[in-house]
Amino acid sequence: MRVFGDAWGVSTETLIGAAELRAFLHGLPGVDQVGAEERAARLASRSIKTSAKAEAIDLAISMVDLTTLEGADTAGKVRALCAKAVHPDPSDPSVPKVAAVCVYPDMVETAVAALAGSGVGVASVATAFPSGRAPLEAKLADTRAAVAAGASEIDMVIDRGAFLSGDVVKVFEETVAVKQACGDAHLKVILETGELATLDNVRRASWLAMRAGADFIKTSTGKISPAATLPVTLVMLEAVRDYRAATGRQVGVKPAGGIRTTKDAIKYLVLVNETAGPDWLSPAWFRLGASSVLNDLLMQRRKLSTGVYSGPDYFTLD
Amino acid sequence: MSDRLAVRKTYKLYIAGAFPRSESGRSYPVTDGKGRFVANAAHASRKDARDAVTAARKAFPGWAGRTGYNRAQILYRIAEMLEGRRDQFTAEVRHTGASKAQAAAEVDAAIDRWVWYAGWADKITAVAGAANPVAGPYFNFSTPEPTGVVAVIAPDSPLLGLVSVVAPAIVTGNTTVVVASEPAPLTAITLAEVLATSDLPAGVVNILTGHRTELTPWLASHMDVNAIDLTGVPDGDVPALEDKAAENLKRVFRASDDWAGDPGTARMTAFLEVKTVWHPVGV
Repeated sequence: MRVFGDAWGVSTETLIGAAELRAFLHGLPGVDQVGAEERAARLASRSIKTSAKAEAIDLAISMVDLTTLEGADTAGKVRALCAKAVHPDPSDPSVPKVAAVCVYPDMVETAVAALAGSGVGVASVATAFPSGRAPLEAKLADTRAAVAAGASEIDMVIDRGAFLSGDVVKVFEETVAVKQACGDAHLKVILETGELATLDNVRRASWLAMRAGADFIKTSTGKISPAATLPVTLVMLEAVRDYRAATGRQVGVKPAGGIRTTKDAIKYLVLVNETAGPDWLSPAWFRLGASSVLNDLLMQRRKLSTGVYSGPDYFTLD
Repeated sequence: MSDRLAVRKTYKLYIAGAFPRSESGRSYPVTDGKGRFVANAAHASRKDARDAVTAARKAFPGWAGRTGYNRAQILYRIAEMLEGRRDQFTAEVRHTGASKAQAAAEVDAAIDRWVWYAGWADKITAVAGAANPVAGPYFNFSTPEPTGVVAVIAPDSPLLGLVSVVAPAIVTGNTTVVVASEPAPLTAITLAEVLATSDLPAGVVNILTGHRTELTPWLASHMDVNAIDLTGVPDGDVPALEDKAAENLKRVFRASDDWAGDPGTARMTAFLEVKTVWHPVGV
């Protein structure tokens, strides 16, 4: 497979670059949908028990991007979430901290202040999240504001309208521009796979985002149903694996939305291990975008440590 | 010989308004009074118990929030549905060794028991609550409220005993996880078919069949269960279970009743908590 370097290797200014990109994306092999679903379902049936389960739970907790993306978010709620991110279970100091807290750009400052020195990252959604329907200038301003406020990770959304109508060049150029606006911050590109209709499109969007310089590709905003599913994540994991094989650059994956139970989280970990490989089994390369799953992980963890079933009364609400 | 193949019922569990098989895939044979095979019953595992508790917890706010009047209607509806299936239940109770007359009497008593408890739904608050005299310009009310999720270890009386422990727990707004009698679990699952068609919200009653010694410790220690009725537990097992139940201060109730006698209100009040409210006079 011939791949044109990364973002800066492709000349998007010329028609040749645009034609090449289009030809490349449409030349990607099609995804066998039935096969992908079958494979994901097969891997999901693996039984992970006892010490392996304990390890998987701790790994999953350390991969969580604890998220609050509500119109009703307040500084107080963000601070409470940050406290939970650092000490998910205050009664048990052996619980690892989560990977990052994910908030809207105007809440970044609050989160950065609350998490200073804790080692927990601050991710901010940007570029007119969740729809992505805004002029490029507004998207870039959104991104710069979040970075200036101290966000270490930016979660951008692609323009699904442009992608679906075939204007992949526009999506590419926007992503490149946002990547530049990010500076040192890591860029996660949200494909919103629930709106992409086919797994072929998921594969194309994944490659498009990676070639445009994404550090992470993320399934969904969490505002659209279906959000993350196992087959979609499988296709994205194959894409990052193939991309690394072709270019040597490793890109992370983040399923987001719809992951509610420990069982779900462990299914994703199995999928990562069996598809992309153990290199991706770290918070640096795989994240779980969720908030409710954390309490279930904590409940299961306490079940393993105390031997009795726990209940939601013993953990914080958000 | 008949031309028709026998259509036999698969006895499954009743969790969250559905009839799943045990997560473990196990079953155990149930025999009649003379030791002859009757059917296989699902042999629930601790994970089925955990799922049942989750379902009961989910159903609790909705059921506790219903008016007493509405709960009364639903319990009466259960009696109506049971009445329509008298013959079926009589036949099933006979499998446990009762004579035809005994079985019919037990089914009638069970139907009447639902009606009796249905009547209590909108009266228990008045009987167990109070307007208290206090030295100050306040109204002071004590109102009984449902405890939450109640684990019920049912006695071996296959229908009347089962109804007599389930009805008082749910009539006040609690939701339940019921471990059916181990030797006679089949009527419990048939009763679940009645509950499922009586407008009883899913998850208010969840019924597990299997080995008591396997399921009971998990329910007694479960931190999201608020109370446990140990009526069906043999004397020797009680202290260990009480010990586990103490971990999250579960209400523990145990009384082996004469099921045919007057039920009284003890079983209802055992799973109520009293909330006392002070309200200033003249405001």
